[in-house]
Amino acid sequence: MTVISADPTRRDFLFIATGAVGAVGAAAALVPLIAQMNPDASTIAAGAPIEIDLGPIAEGQVIKVFWRGKPIFISHRTKKEIEAARSVQLASLPDPEADDKRVKKGHDQWLVLIGICTHLGCIPIAHQGNYDGYFCPCHGSQYDTSGRIRQGPAPKNLPLPPYKFLSDSKIRIGEEDASPAAHA
Amino acid sequence: MSGHETYQPQNAFMKWMERRLPIAGLIYSSFIVYPTPRNLNYWWTFGGILTFMLAVQIVTGIVLAMHYTPHVDFAFNSVELIMRDVNYGWLLRYVHANGAAMFFLAAYIHMFRGMYYGSYKEPREILWILGVILLLLMIATGFMGYVLPWGQMSFWAATVITNLFSAIPGVGEAIVTWLWGGYAVGNPTLQRFYSLHYLLPFVIAGVVVLHIWALHVVGQNNPTGIDPKSERDTVSFTPYATIKDAFMLVCFCIVYAWFVFYMPNYLGHADNYIPANPAVTPMHIVPEWYYLPFYAILRAIPNKLMGVAALGASIAILAFLPWLDTSRVRSANYRPLYKQVFWIFVAVCIGLGWLGAKPAEGGYVIAARILTFYYFFHFLVILPVLGWVERTKPLPNSISESILTPARSGSGTGTVT
Amino acid sequence: MLRSILAAVLAVSLAGAAAAQEHADHSTPQPPRQKWSFAGPFGKYDRAQIQRGFQVYKEVCSTCHGLNLLSFRHLSGLGYSDAQVTQIASDWLFKVQDGPNDQGEMFERAARPADRFPQPWPNENAARVRYNAVPPDMSVIAKARTYERGLPWFIIDIFTQFQEQGVDYITALMTGYEDKPPAGVTLPQGLMYNKYFPGGAIAMPSPLTDGRVTYSDGSPQTVAQYSKDVSAFLMWAAEPHMETRKRIGFQVMVFLIIFAGLMYFTKKRVWSAVH
Repeated sequence: MTVISADPTRRDFLFIATGAVGAVGAAAALVPLIAQMNPDASTIAAGAPIEIDLGPIAEGQVIKVFWRGKPIFISHRTKKEIEAARSVQLASLPDPEADDKRVKKGHDQWLVLIGICTHLGCIPIAHQGNYDGYFCPCHGSQYDTSGRIRQGPAPKNLPLPPYKFLSDSKIRIGEEDASPAAHA
Repeated sequence: MSGHETYQPQNAFMKWMERRLPIAGLIYSSFIVYPTPRNLNYWWTFGGILTFMLAVQIVTGIVLAMHYTPHVDFAFNSVELIMRDVNYGWLLRYVHANGAAMFFLAAYIHMFRGMYYGSYKEPREILWILGVILLLLMIATGFMGYVLPWGQMSFWAATVITNLFSAIPGVGEAIVTWLWGGYAVGNPTLQRFYSLHYLLPFVIAGVVVLHIWALHVVGQNNPTGIDPKSERDTVSFTPYATIKDAFMLVCFCIVYAWFVFYMPNYLGHADNYIPANPAVTPMHIVPEWYYLPFYAILRAIPNKLMGVAALGASIAILAFLPWLDTSRVRSANYRPLYKQVFWIFVAVCIGLGWLGAKPAEGGYVIAARILTFYYFFHFLVILPVLGWVERTKPLPNSISESILTPARSGSGTGTVT
Repeated sequence: MLRSILAAVLAVSLAGAAAAQEHADHSTPQPPRQKWSFAGPFGKYDRAQIQRGFQVYKEVCSTCHGLNLLSFRHLSGLGYSDAQVTQIASDWLFKVQDGPNDQGEMFERAARPADRFPQPWPNENAARVRYNAVPPDMSVIAKARTYERGLPWFIIDIFTQFQEQGVDYITALMTGYEDKPPAGVTLPQGLMYNKYFPGGAIAMPSPLTDGRVTYSDGSPQTVAQYSKDVSAFLMWAAEPHMETRKRIGFQVMVFLIIFAGLMYFTKKRVWSAVH
């Protein structure tokens, strides 16, 4: 009893060290419990890149494919749609982004989007709404022919998936070119 | 509340037991002789009804879990199997599904009763906050349970609600992926929701124990809002409160049975009888009625992050109610202005609920904004100011006196003779 | 003061509602109310009607629309004997895939009462190619379709126990086809116009014509009658235990009301010592 109380500093250090080691142990035990909820190996593997042949998509048509459980819209835009997307005053947009930054260089007619409304994740409907782009039926967000938010509660433009052109009529979704990446 | 007799074990076994685990004595003092204000009205019976509903949900939930399959390919079909082939399966499922709605109905009545009679005020702040925690747990449990049948509304409710977390700056997307266990709502999501839906009711039961414990420390409030002063102000819990609770519980069950047996799908949504389809969003995504006021607040605000923040704040603000209400008088019976403000608040909540079911367009959005503004205005401005400016009516000297000369409601100077 | 403010709250809501109503009214008419034998607290299925409805389903709908959540054995609920059920199963238009057999091969065989109704198409994409849309499964369609009742009806419905929106809608849909869409509505290619279908453009051509199904019980062989019968059958398919439910419900109600009465007088007796 006298021995312990004679050396308060050493005793304090011992208590703190014991407590700290215990805390580290508890924190380490939490890691697997939290990490198990992240996507598992099979889910990640199923999310590998996919290749899409653009040949059959007619001008003015929007097709929907699934990648990683997300709908990907591939739009073969008409001249009119491209013009409509390019003639907008950028400053007037809620999330200003130029149309040529949202397509790959030299492939202006191909718009590839993740078809998930940036508001609360519903799937917008193509060729609807005031801007003839995409209209979300859940809470009324409206996107233009470049997939940019124009009206409604959604805060951001429809995101672009990582993809690259393998040839003029083939894209690979899930991989990015070295060229400037769009945010996904 | 001194003077009530303590438990006296009658036989040798109970004496032996009582020295080792005094559980009989605990039950005796908590639920038999526990003094309860003699003037409690029927609005005070909903605590007991809520306990009953929790038990119903746990019991029916456990038996439904024996037949349900938590997998995206089988969930919808297994629910239909319960409805068609399991003995009394249709009854168990309808009791459980409508039970959730009745649980919330009772909870909201219980909360409004607390608001009307100032049951959150000193010294019942912790009791009230535990109640707010219970509401949050109920919301989470009900939401995850709604996902399990894996219909269209299940799937899209899961998508919309989990996406609320993506509004958190910076880490939002990572959190949502973590919640999903994938890149979209899918099988991992369904399985973890099932696991948590099974777990959370027992967490609720645990918090209910704390809630009742806290209640028994500070004692029940009553319609006068003044504390019992003598034994003349109280009656013993059993048989007086027990029989009153039981009568009201049976009446409540009549309403419950009306829905279960005659309109089991009235409170649900038709779209949830369509199997989940990740490729098609239903035209109107509407939550169950008990979430509608909060949903209206979410949609009233055009900015995503602010909308989610307002949704969270609309529930969180309840926890601060004991300090936002500055009046020292508890019961609205003696607060002529607050009584009116209270009923306006009830009307606003119902109005928000109605707007939550309407499409978010045009005039509905404007109305929802006005009512959302009022919802917060009520808590943040009206309640604090009212406590300072309101002229309250004189309080009776004791509960027993208030029974002999009931306070008259309405305007004018109420004098107590 | 209270009243005036409550009135103001109501006015705000209703003004909003009115404004939105103008905006949202796409002029899809409400399906007309039909009389159903199974409506109300003592409702029962009309066995002859749901058997006729099943006949319509079998001879018209079943070529495109599945009934995948039901098995043939469930048909005994329509009033068929076991022998009739076995006969219906083995005669069914689509066969059941079974296997593998001893040679390790999958094979098709006639359905048995314990089998689920086989799907009319191999998968959804095949159906979409064939029909321009995926014909929805009919098992719970009577509960999966509805229309908005609006204020104040949705409150009144609680007391009148009105819950036949689904069958009313299906009946209306069967009879709601029009040859030409109204002015101002353009139909996408290959779609039909049906005034009760939300949006008006439906992929299913009008399925029923007078005399298409031959009834053996002398009921009128008209589109109106077919529509009502098949709707009643679909209600049964979606809610096969409805009669049991309502019967037990009545017993429970009587029990609860007696119990509540006893409880009330017990409560009065107990409390008489206090008051």
